[in-house]
Amino acid sequence: MNAITINTPMSGSYDASSTAVQDMEAALKVRNLDFYYGKFQGLKKVNMDIAKGKVTAFIGPSGCGKSTLLRTFNRMFDLYPGQRAEGEIVLNGRNILAKEQDVNLLRAKVGMVFQKPTPFPMTIFENIAFGVRLYENLNARDMAERVEWSLRKAALWDEVKEKLNQSGLSLSGGQQQRLCIARTVAVKPEVLLLDEPTSALDPISTAKVEELVNELKADYTIAIVTHNMQQAARISDFTAYMYLGELIEFGETNQIFIKPAKKATEDYITGRFG
Amino acid sequence: MSALPQTPFNTGLYKRRKITNVIGLALSFVSVTIGLLGLAWILWTLAVNGLSALNMDFFTKSTPAPGSAGGGMANAIVGSLMIVGFATLISTPIGILAGIYLSEFGKTSKFAQATRFVVDIMLSAPSIVVGLFVFALAVATVKHFSGWAGSLALSLIAIPVVVRTTENMLALVPGSLREAAFALGAPRWKVSLAVTLRAVKGGVVTGVLLAVARMIGETAPLLFTALNNQFFSTDMSRPMANLPVVIYNFAMSPYEDWQKLAWGGAALIALIVLTINILARVLFRSKLQA
Repeated sequence: MNAITINTPMSGSYDASSTAVQDMEAALKVRNLDFYYGKFQGLKKVNMDIAKGKVTAFIGPSGCGKSTLLRTFNRMFDLYPGQRAEGEIVLNGRNILAKEQDVNLLRAKVGMVFQKPTPFPMTIFENIAFGVRLYENLNARDMAERVEWSLRKAALWDEVKEKLNQSGLSLSGGQQQRLCIARTVAVKPEVLLLDEPTSALDPISTAKVEELVNELKADYTIAIVTHNMQQAARISDFTAYMYLGELIEFGETNQIFIKPAKKATEDYITGRFG
Repeated sequence: MSALPQTPFNTGLYKRRKITNVIGLALSFVSVTIGLLGLAWILWTLAVNGLSALNMDFFTKSTPAPGSAGGGMANAIVGSLMIVGFATLISTPIGILAGIYLSEFGKTSKFAQATRFVVDIMLSAPSIVVGLFVFALAVATVKHFSGWAGSLALSLIAIPVVVRTTENMLALVPGSLREAAFALGAPRWKVSLAVTLRAVKGGVVTGVLLAVARMIGETAPLLFTALNNQFFSTDMSRPMANLPVVIYNFAMSPYEDWQKLAWGGAALIALIVLTINILARVLFRSKLQA
């Protein structure tokens, strides 16, 4: 890909129309997104596209709004009364922030894996079947197939195939996180949101999960928030740098990390701050 | 490099602290001993006086006429089982559902706050007041005592216990678990029942067991609702014999064999409550380790 010309943005927002994403299909289009925690504005006029079938990483110092942004994509903030979002996020031609949007259906299409592994208090099999049963009616054999398929996708099948009836809580931390990934993948969402998925894991589990992300991106659009810049550089195709609720710069990962267009981005990436 | 400055070791201060420590430990030890002694004394008295009355007749024969030998507490035991059993059936679903509402749905709404307030009041309501209330409601209106009125009174006592325990247990579930279930697209009720409640079901069962243990020993409410019945009866719509009221009557009577039976009944109740509490503890601990 050639170097991208980047418009000088006004009021800190980033004009997405001239990025490389224009040439690719956008799974999610974020337009003029503002987010409020009560009176505090957590996101300021965010404009960007999430490319379909690619990995987009969000980096930035603590409190910059990366997780906030990720959680607007599946309307997690709806669970908390004081939080609200204004603007548009378009998925498959529909604004998912609209009141008419069925939130539960949205969450089945946009899956999320959290920082802390949270297996349900059920057997490993049930953990995965739970999500599938919500929207699909599968007979026993199809369900078993789906469970095996998703555990294979999460690179966990070989380790648990003998003990599907054991509690999900009996697995190690890294295995639990892969179980959560399997659980999210099992419902066949379109988009996968990963909120610092390896922060709580040891290096070996982290490597396994990163490998996973690489394989999963063939079938899913992935957005990942990470504190670890090296991780972002390793696994993502596009990177977005955020600071204090604004999207400062967005572009192809190679370009962002080798020759960022803005000084603020360069300062962060080289560790001069943040 | 100069040597580190020496801090003089203040033996006076140290000695004083040691003495305070010993005094504190001694006082704690004495308090525990007093408490445990009281409990041990009660249990011992019950065992000495009551255990010998727990023979086959005790469990199979009904309460005898005054002065006659023999007889047992079969009608009272069965009566208590039925009254407490039905009260549990009534109070458990109501209590658990209310606890789920308070923790998962109402949270901080005005209605939830009001509900919590009422539950707290009911928790400490004198049981005799509850008994009189049910008397006015379910006994005076139909002009006769009944086992159902007794169950109603006991459930009014048990419901706040179950609500409080359920709500407290659910509050222990980390928000991240709920979020993970929501993130799969599960509707709210499913998250509450299939995930959150399931995560603490051991604790909730413990709460129910403790409510049952409390109900078994409550006497005042049953005095005005189920009253008593000399004969063996399983008809809940009529007065029904039950352990606490029979013990009350027999203990206050001048007849020795009645008093002996009363001791037996008291020992039985103590045994049942002890067993339930131990069961609840074992269950809870095994759930925590899961």
